[in-house]
Order: sequence, then structure tokens, then C-alpha cells
Amino acid sequence: MTLLQGIAASSGIAIAKAYRLVEPDLSFTKTTIEDIDAEKAKFDAAIAQSIQELKEIQKVAKTELGADEAAIFDAHVLVLNDPELINPIKEKISSDQVNAEYALKETTDMFIAMFEGMDNEYMQERAADIRDVTKRVLSHLLGVKVVNPSEISEEVIIIAEDLTPSDTAQLNRKYVKAFATDIGGRTSHSAIMARSLEIPAIVGTQEATEEIQDNDMLIVDGLTGKLHINPTAELIAEYEKELEKYEAQKAEWAKLVDEKSITADGEQVELAANIGTPEDLEGVMNNGGEAVGLYRTEFLYMGRNQLPTEDEQFDAYKKVLEGMDGKPVVVRTLDIGGDKELPYLELPTEMNPFLGFRAIRLCLEETDIFRTQLRALLRASTYGNLKIMFPMIATLDEFRKAKAMLEEEKEKLIAEGEKVSDEIEVGIMVEIPSTAVQADQFAKEVDFFSIGTNDLIQYTMAADRMNERVSYLYQPYNPAILRLVKMVIDASHREGKWTGMCGEMAGDEIAIPLLLGLGLDEFSMSATSILQARAQIRGLKKSDMKELAEKALQMGTAEEVIQAVKEKVNL
Amino acid sequence: MSEKQFTVIDEAGIHARPASVLVSTANKFESDIFLVYKGKDVNLKSILGIMSLGIGSGEEFSVRAEGADAEKALEELEKTLQNEGLAN
Repeated sequence: MTLLQGIAASSGIAIAKAYRLVEPDLSFTKTTIEDIDAEKAKFDAAIAQSIQELKEIQKVAKTELGADEAAIFDAHVLVLNDPELINPIKEKISSDQVNAEYALKETTDMFIAMFEGMDNEYMQERAADIRDVTKRVLSHLLGVKVVNPSEISEEVIIIAEDLTPSDTAQLNRKYVKAFATDIGGRTSHSAIMARSLEIPAIVGTQEATEEIQDNDMLIVDGLTGKLHINPTAELIAEYEKELEKYEAQKAEWAKLVDEKSITADGEQVELAANIGTPEDLEGVMNNGGEAVGLYRTEFLYMGRNQLPTEDEQFDAYKKVLEGMDGKPVVVRTLDIGGDKELPYLELPTEMNPFLGFRAIRLCLEETDIFRTQLRALLRASTYGNLKIMFPMIATLDEFRKAKAMLEEEKEKLIAEGEKVSDEIEVGIMVEIPSTAVQADQFAKEVDFFSIGTNDLIQYTMAADRMNERVSYLYQPYNPAILRLVKMVIDASHREGKWTGMCGEMAGDEIAIPLLLGLGLDEFSMSATSILQARAQIRGLKKSDMKELAEKALQMGTAEEVIQAVKEKVNL
Repeated sequence: MSEKQFTVIDEAGIHARPASVLVSTANKFESDIFLVYKGKDVNLKSILGIMSLGIGSGEEFSVRAEGADAEKALEELEKTLQNEGLAN
């Protein structure tokens, strides 16, 4: 048996046989042809077969995925009917006496280059559609059997390098239990699709297609990103139990979607979700999220070769605000630099990226980038309950500068006749120890705090979280961390403000009792953790947790704290 | 020959979905139909042609039809542009 580690893209567990959805060999050579009419006829036939196939895929897509997802295939059919594409190919066959494969590829490559060269991201993505269509026609010309997932008639786990929209559209939910891909991240198309289909998925395994053969037995653990190939009978039995437990647990949690996040002694907190794109909202709704506690805007800037325009950003922010229908949405301004690179900004490499030129430090320097984002946010503010949060604030001066720019842009927009909400709360991330220690001073000027535990822990413990040799120092339950968290929460409450948390810790079952006891107001986590957290919180008494937290603050080590929590809440 | 001027009102400009509807409508007619934009003529029966222009919001273009059913075609296309909220 082999184990591959990938990125957990959609939670759940699946145990089934592998089905390789791998690109067929579409290579060909350029040849000179004698019978031009026969070659043209061959081409016409391939087009007709492709259109027929697309129409069938579209029918499946409509029922399985909905009209919106299926609409893309309308465009594909039109491309295959496009005289500006078809005629030049036929002309090329006759004038150059070349084979249809070559004429097709030459012509579509020209269109692909043209769309990729356009300075509009939307148009650049259309190049992928033309590629998709070209592959389909080419496979018919070459007589290569394209793997056809609609033929699947038993439960399988799909293995692919990556999944295109037309691949996913053909997947039959009844039989496809999960998928695993070589490339991609949590926001790639296949990951988003898996979450909307609610099947487990692992992306970015690097070598799934290399290591896995058709009919290999697989276990996909979408909670941890582990992909087991030909596991032992014991492991299968273990996971079968795990799966049963997971399903039963999920059914239990699902009953809490519309319930309040309220403790056994009647204290209410807010359970929010961390999101990266407007597409993540569906998961927030399905899991009963009461707010968006962290909207990471980096994804708008990543995976492209230029900055997003004000309008592009406005559209995304508006979509999220409208989607949440008046519920709070905390948007974090650009947190880039350091380990998260944007190649097109051409920032110099740094010795200590985590201690370097990143986030608000970069934004206060590159003010054009920052002001564009602020304007887009302000313009979107009238579409919902917007809260703006600055990341990596270390000094009051940084906060004041950032806030002043926000005020300036607001005045400019109003002067331009734009509507801007007057209710926007402006807060900061607390992830640098200096800010936590001085929280009492910050609390007088900010509207809220959100504690970013991943960074707060690494800066407090002076341990790079990417360095495995010092990973033992990543200690969320260390009393030193808990004391900092307490300082921040207390400081905010003294000024009548609120504190949230948007790091991994906020959704952790050991941390939740402690945070509840420390008085945290908002817990923001991945959407799929919300129902579990709600179930836990509803079983706890805040008064008991307060006692527990007081004791934890006086303990010597993280181990003692973990022990105390486990004893108190039966974990 | 019939020709008529339009202004794009869709915020996203002429993007894939309305372009698809437009091309499908044009395909119903015998006439040669062109979209004229910045002095360029593009076959309105070509989705790639229309999309390659990347016409943005607020920009002007005209539609020209030549053939037996030219007038009917133009009428129908105008209706489509308006129904799709694409241009007026």
C-alpha cells in the first residue's frame, strides 16, 4: 500500500475503486494529403460527432449541475458552428494540402493566442474553452477513444491530472464517490466543484495519475488530504467505521443549521466562516454560517499577471455582501508579500519573509494598490453589512495611516456622487504580539479586533510555521498565547468593542471551550467546521468555561492545559 | 441593406452568454450580418469574431444586414439585444 498526501479540498471520506480520467494521446504529425475532399469530409464528420457529444453532455449537465453550469456548452457548440473557425480550417486543408488535424490545430492555436493576448481576464479564460473544444474534435479525427465518464456504472473515485468543466459536468453523482487530482489548490475549479457537489476531494497530490492504476482500491480522506492506495483490509475496516461515524455525526450536526450558537447557560456567540472567493458562500449557507469572519481578498490578486481593477474587485465584494443578505462580512485588505508572492509586483526576495515587507506594510507604501481596493470596498458597502479589517498591524500609527486613507477615499467617492455606507466598522487583525500587548490603546480607536492565531503563535513563539524542525513550538494552548488572547478580548470589552478570531484555533474543539471562557465574541473558521462547533458550544456552560480558562491561564505548559480541557469537557 | 446603431449597456460588456444568444439569433437568417465596431466588420454569425472584439460597457457599435431577410433580421436582433439587457 502507498500513501499520497495532497490538499484536503472537500471534506468527507470515500472508499472505492479508481477510475482514471486521463487525457488520451492526441499527438499527430503533419502530413500531405492527396484526396482533399475526403479529408474535408473526415473533418465535417468529426465536427458533427463533437457537436452530438456536446449536446449529450449538456443534457446531463443540466440535470446534474443546473442550467448555469450547462450554459458553457452552448458556447462550445457555437464555436464548432462558427464559420470564422470552420472555413479557414477547410481552406487550409485545400490550399496547403495538409491533414485536418494539422489545419485544425494551426487555426485554433491562432485563436487561443489571440484570446490569451487580450488584457481582459475574462477573455483570457475563453482560451481554455477553445482548447477544450479543439481536444474534442481532435480525438474524433484521430479516432482515439476519449475516456467517457458517463459510461461509469459502479462506484468509483476519479483520478485525474486536473478536471475541466466538461469533465466535471459528465460526472454522475450517483457513482462518483470522490476525486483526487495531481495539481490544483483549494480554489481551483475542481476543488470548488467538489464542494458544490458535496463529495470528498483531494487536490495537488502531485503523482496520483502516476501511482494509481484503474481499479486500484482507494481511500480518500477529504478531512486530512490523505489518499491511501491499495490499503490493507484493516485500514479499510477502520475507515469504514470512520465513514459510518462521520455520516451519522453529519446528520446530527445538519439539524443545527438554523439553530443559534448559544451555550447551555444562554450565552450567544457568533459562528462565522472564512472564505476566499464569492463561490465559497454556498458552503457558508449550507453550514449555517452567521457571518463571514474573514474574506481573504488575496485570491483576487493571485493566479494572474496584473492587478485586478477597481470594478473587478467591486463586483466580487458586492457579490459576497449581497450573498450574505445583511449578515456581517469582514473583509481583510490585501495580505500579500512574504511567502505569498505576486510575481507581477516584482518584489525583491527577502531573508525573513514572515518578518518582512508584507500586508499593510506593503499597502502603506504601494498606496495606489491599496487605494484601489479601498475604493472598491467603499463602493460595495451599500450592498450589505461591510466591515473592513487591516492585516499585520504592529503600531497605532500604521492603523491611523490606513484609516486616514480610507476616510480620504470615502470623501472623494461622496464628492463624485457615489453612495457609501456610514455604518462600516473598521478593525484590525491582531497577529503581532506588540499589538496584543497594547490592545488597550488600540481598542480606543478600532471598532473590533480579529485575532489571527496562525501568525500570532509563530511570532510569539519565534518559530517559523513552515519549518518542521521547530513545529513543536506551534502551541495554540500555551498559556502565553492564552494570556495574549485574554488581553485582547478584555481590552475590547472595556471599550464596548468586540473580538473575533479567524485562525485555525477558532474551530478547534480543544480551543473552543477556552475561548468561550475567555469571552470571545466571534469564531471564524472553515464553513465545514461550523456545525460541529455549534454542537459543541450548545453543550457547554459559559460559566464553567470561564472557570476552566482562569485555571488554564495560571498553568505552566500547553500539555497541562490540554489535559485540563479534556477532563472538563470529555474529549 | 439595413443598418442600426447601438450602445452597450451591460456592465460586463459583450460577454460569452449574451454573445451566444446573439449569434444563435443571427444564424436563423439567410442574410449576411455584420457587427461594425471601430471601423471593423465582423461576421455576427461567428461567436469567436464577436468575442474577439472585447466590446466594453458604454461603447457604440452598429449591426448591418445584407440580403433578402435583412430587415427582419435586424428587427429580431434589436429585440434580442434589448431582452438580454445588452445594448439599446
